[in-house]
Amino acid sequence: MPPLLSVYNLKTYFHTYRGLVKAVDGVSFDINEKEIVGVVGESGCGKSVSMLSVLQLISSPPGEIVDGKVIFEGQDLLQYQPKGETMSSIRGARIAMIFQEPMTSLNPVLTIGRQLTEGLEVHLSMNPQSARERVVELLRLVGIPDAKGRLDAYPHQFSGGMRQRVMIAMALSCNPRILIADEPTTAVDVTTQAQLLELMQDMVVRFKTSLVIVTHNLGVVARYAERIYVMYSGRIVESGLADDIFLNPLHPYTIGLLKCVPQLGETRKERKLVPIQGLPPNLINMPSSCAFLPRCDRARDICRQKPWPSLELIEGQHYVACFRDGPETP
Amino acid sequence: MTSYIIRRILMGVIIIFLVTVMVFLFIRLLPGDPLTIYLNKTDMQQLTEEQLFELRVKFGLEKTLPAQYIDWLGGLFTGDFGRSIYYDIDVGLLVRERLPVTLYLGALAFIISGVLGLSFGVICALRRGTWIDTLVTLLANIGITMPSFWVGIILIYLLAVKAGWLPVSGFTSPFTDFWKSTRQIIMPVTCLALFPIASLTRLTRSSMLEVIQQDYIRTAWSKGLRERLIISRHTIKNALIPVVTVIGLQVAFIFGGSVLIETVFNINGIGRLMTQAVQNQDYLIVQAGTLIIAIMVVLSNLTVDISYGWLDPRIRYD
Repeated sequence: MPPLLSVYNLKTYFHTYRGLVKAVDGVSFDINEKEIVGVVGESGCGKSVSMLSVLQLISSPPGEIVDGKVIFEGQDLLQYQPKGETMSSIRGARIAMIFQEPMTSLNPVLTIGRQLTEGLEVHLSMNPQSARERVVELLRLVGIPDAKGRLDAYPHQFSGGMRQRVMIAMALSCNPRILIADEPTTAVDVTTQAQLLELMQDMVVRFKTSLVIVTHNLGVVARYAERIYVMYSGRIVESGLADDIFLNPLHPYTIGLLKCVPQLGETRKERKLVPIQGLPPNLINMPSSCAFLPRCDRARDICRQKPWPSLELIEGQHYVACFRDGPETP
Repeated sequence: MTSYIIRRILMGVIIIFLVTVMVFLFIRLLPGDPLTIYLNKTDMQQLTEEQLFELRVKFGLEKTLPAQYIDWLGGLFTGDFGRSIYYDIDVGLLVRERLPVTLYLGALAFIISGVLGLSFGVICALRRGTWIDTLVTLLANIGITMPSFWVGIILIYLLAVKAGWLPVSGFTSPFTDFWKSTRQIIMPVTCLALFPIASLTRLTRSSMLEVIQQDYIRTAWSKGLRERLIISRHTIKNALIPVVTVIGLQVAFIFGGSVLIETVFNINGIGRLMTQAVQNQDYLIVQAGTLIIAIMVVLSNLTVDISYGWLDPRIRYD
């Protein structure tokens, strides 16, 4: 069975005054049906931009999707106009999104009910009454107490966690095939984080939806994701099943990331948390060699001489973009 | 909400009271005596001291300042604005005759500036960077830099004197001759509305551009709504919040502008009445005119504050 969503060689660049920023530079990934996929990387590595590009939600100018294909249900979404009818009929209805900031992602001057029903009215042609009933049901499902009474409340009357629950209800309202959650738990506290993730997992199972979790938190993907893509500076550097990534990480960046995550049951003596040295690269005027090179503790001559290697299959579904222990001289 | 409105009305009353005190004092601080102007006009230099005193008594000018003020304030409550020294008729009558003219011109300018300013601003924001945005923004920038009376003079020169399309000046009630009235008010209303249109366009444009970049607009796009709905439902109401403040301020601007414009176009409204009254030191007309403008401004500010609550549910009044 072909994947539900296939992204090939996606390139999204931003034209800024200081130069061309290659935020996403040749990213390819697949999302299968009913699968939970994690996309991991530091801030600014292009994970959010990749997801926004799938739905063509990049503001242009300054952003521009310069190349690539986004194949969803057999058609390339990038051939459609960002503001056109086809894209609108896919957004929210077939592919839905949850954003990072629950405090600013809801419109402050519209009621929760209004913001939840409009998707149903547009995509499923529901009348206002049945849309409201469906929304009450959805809000109950995501755990909003007194759902009916809260319909006419405004976003500022909800807490951050509750707003994110509203966002989840909103994203799932039209029963999409794919739910993209862009750092859905970054802005809420740890307890709420866990509740929201459990909720999302329950929901995608119930609605038979694929879930993409974009995060910089490896703990989150470890627990929920079946497959993982690790991104660095606009490219995917390693991908594979969750076990591949966690038990057999191959890219120095992935190894570095895992060293920063504390494990339950470990004492201080056994292992120290080791941060990755240095800073993520400035995306303007990048050299052609591996972007992780300046921070890499395993850098060799070949890394400096050759351009950034492309993803190479190791075994099964495990890919990595690194020279690793290949021949020293080309 | 109700207690807020009552509180605001009480504050408005205090403001209006303070305005009356200040205007009452300041106009009397100016050098000169209204009677000398009145007497020059009637050419009766040969009045005796007694006759002069009688005149002072007639207009209540012989009393102390506090007594004069209390007389005037007491009269106001019974609808009596006092008697004009220069015209020697009831100020209330003059105001009733002149105020509708100013209100008519002002209301037209206000509505036109609101409709055009908001539409231009929205169009510019939606077509940002296109030739129409560049053109309208340029015109708006020119619009806010040109003084309205100067525009008035230029318009008279071009459209009335040179081209002869419109009458130079004057005002006719739209009820007596609608066509003539409309032709006469085109230029004055344009002058009054020009600055408000320009400033509203600029503000609406920048406010819209700011809202369009907000996260919740991206959410609206991600829901699959079409652009029309996103603009009308999600953007405009948010963008209007700062604009409404300025719309309220335009009331004061248009009233202030009418003082100049009515003089330029020779229109007998309250603005022209007031300019002449200041020159003639006709105390009671200046006081009445200022009082009316103060009430208008206080009322428009109150409307603005209440409309915030309708636009932005986060604003509470208690």
